[in-house]
Amino acid sequence: MALRTPLYDWHTAHHGRMVEFAGWLMPLQYSRITDEHQAVRTAAGVFDISHMGRIWIAGPEALDLVQLVYTNNAATLRDGQVRYGLVCNVEGGIRDDVLVYRFGERYLMVVNAANREKILGWLIQHGSGRPVEISDQTGPTAMLAVQGPCAVERCQGLTTVDAAGLRYYHAAVGEYRGKPCLVSRTGYTGEDGLELIVDAALATQVWEEVLARGAQPCGLGARDTLRLEAALPLYGHELSEEIDPFQAGLGWAVKFDKGDFIGRDALLRRRDDERRRRVGLVLEGKRIARDGASVWRDGREIGTVTSGTFAPTVQRAIALAYVEPAGTAVGTEVEVDVRGQRERAKVVALPFYRRARS
Amino acid sequence: MDPKSLRYASTHEWARLEGDICTIGITPFAVEQLTDVIYIELPDVGDHVFAGDSFGEIESVKAVSDLFSPVNGEVIEVNDKLVDDPSRITADPLGKGWLIKVKTEPGTTLDHLLTWEQYEKQIASQGH
Repeated sequence: MALRTPLYDWHTAHHGRMVEFAGWLMPLQYSRITDEHQAVRTAAGVFDISHMGRIWIAGPEALDLVQLVYTNNAATLRDGQVRYGLVCNVEGGIRDDVLVYRFGERYLMVVNAANREKILGWLIQHGSGRPVEISDQTGPTAMLAVQGPCAVERCQGLTTVDAAGLRYYHAAVGEYRGKPCLVSRTGYTGEDGLELIVDAALATQVWEEVLARGAQPCGLGARDTLRLEAALPLYGHELSEEIDPFQAGLGWAVKFDKGDFIGRDALLRRRDDERRRRVGLVLEGKRIARDGASVWRDGREIGTVTSGTFAPTVQRAIALAYVEPAGTAVGTEVEVDVRGQRERAKVVALPFYRRARS
Repeated sequence: MDPKSLRYASTHEWARLEGDICTIGITPFAVEQLTDVIYIELPDVGDHVFAGDSFGEIESVKAVSDLFSPVNGEVIEVNDKLVDDPSRITADPLGKGWLIKVKTEPGTTLDHLLTWEQYEKQIASQGH
């Protein structure tokens, strides 16, 4: 039985085309994916991301536990700061990619829906015997992402948090309708924006208020085209237990100098290994190279596509792929097997789309 | 085009037979399901198509679908305007959005395909 977010009834009442994603029934789209995509690139869109896992870690050794399971450095987080990082297995493979928020001596870890139970179990396993409290707050709360160049301005005054005063990758706790809420300047679209965590009982109210402020409802379809243009990896496609952060181009989120963490020894050995690495491809034609398509160069298979779409802003078929070192240089011409037909493509610098910063 | 005058495949193609020429397209339901059509691949004039076999593909942002021919025959005309601008198919899928015209073999009928009523029942059971 698939899980439902607190906004499920709203989605079905408003023509949300519901699909199962990571064990949750989520809206794929309400209108056209490309229209929802453009709303986020040009103004503001809002996504129900309540399926994302929200795990709180508190207690005297909360920081030690976070540091043990997380590749980035949580010890240098300022109060209210947010940082991306990986959770790795002992071999250095990626168990999840997460955001860690610090609020005083408490930490919030936002994890992928598909990995929520796995990471929760991992934290409980490694936290056993330590004075830590681990609490999965996914069910009692809802999470919304308001994204786009107008998102922050349109959310001003929505909660008691001064959204415009929040710096990028910072968060603050405030109130919405008298209940605690959390607002962060984060997102997964390549645009400026906010993510809000509110009491589940207020989910529909805050959602409708965001819509009234001029954000367009957007589904997972647009979330995927937006994150792909921004070249943000998606767990289960670009990231898995068989892929390490260096292959994925996420070596910047691994801090060897912070002390020991799970996977550190393996990652020190693996970091310079010659193996497939993540690249971006732009196809010459319009056919889309999707997950699993093989990549070829000089008659030899050198890689595999992990995600692909038609990019509405870039107006080209784009893909993320893992290819052998010989094929990773920007400008390398390759072929992709799209359902038995070879399509010409070129390795390009990532991201495919970068917003103009004001 | 009156949808009742056409016949339908369970894979969401429609067909109309005039003499021995069969016009083939996809249904408004299929177009609605695809929403963001970005690419349509059609056969060349002179190619042979076979009932139940793929003669092309239609790609949207989310997925790619095969186009299945409801009849055997030789392609005599292709709607090139769709290949240039696939979004045209959304405006009039039963009319200007036709895909190909096929010269069928003698004795071809569309009796094996669904009627409008039968097809409507099928899509209703798909939850829309």
